[in-house]
Amino acid sequence: MAERATHRDRLRALEFEAFVAGAGGRLLHTATLLTGEPPQPPGAYVRAEALLRAALARTYADWDRLHGGDPYDRARRELALRFAREARRHQRPRGGLLDRLTPIERLVLVLRMYEEVGEGQTAALLGLSADRVRAVCARAVATLRASGAGRGAGPGTRGTAPAPRRTP
Amino acid sequence: MSADRRDPREEQVRRMLDGPHPALPPDLAAQAVRHGGRRLRLRRAAQRTAGWLLALALVAFLVWIGVEQPWATEPAQVTPPLEGW
Repeated sequence: MAERATHRDRLRALEFEAFVAGAGGRLLHTATLLTGEPPQPPGAYVRAEALLRAALARTYADWDRLHGGDPYDRARRELALRFAREARRHQRPRGGLLDRLTPIERLVLVLRMYEEVGEGQTAALLGLSADRVRAVCARAVATLRASGAGRGAGPGTRGTAPAPRRTP
Repeated sequence: MSADRRDPREEQVRRMLDGPHPALPPDLAAQAVRHGGRRLRLRRAAQRTAGWLLALALVAFLVWIGVEQPWATEPAQVTPPLEGW
């Protein structure tokens, strides 16, 4: 019995580590966008790391309850809800791309535009109405474009190097 | 893909969001396994304890019901007064 349990633990840990190796980079990027921290240098996004670590720990604990569900969805959901819960702690600007936005604007923008979560699904996840999600997203897009306009982020600038953040 | 993908403003924002990615710390998965594993063990221990308590309560109830037999009516202590004979 105990032997079977440890075997299952090992198997779960292996599956989970493979999942993190594949999806961890993207999830960490999502987390840095949410916390408003810059993606470089390596020590600059400790809050995003802590957020992701907690979300992944929960995902691991719930791994056996997935029942064929998508672990990425689960981890992203955990990340988003955890961020929403501690949003007040992420209000201060920290030099990242989205640090001019409020935490809820960041959350909606990242879920809708980066993670491509549907409007209804975002609304259900955050407990908002679909209209509100649309309004917050539009406001976030407008703010981001207004603040990013001076960075030469016009159409077709995908290949440009990461623009240094302008200090106001 | 969908209709909203054609909005050039949203496309621009999507490109901005898809900027340079941070480097994943190598021990992140191991830490998550450690923390999540602790949570899992605690959860299992709590479930086991709850199961034992439930079983114990059931046994206690069965013993009590066997000894006490609450469905049996008590023999009458008071006899009705005997009159008129």
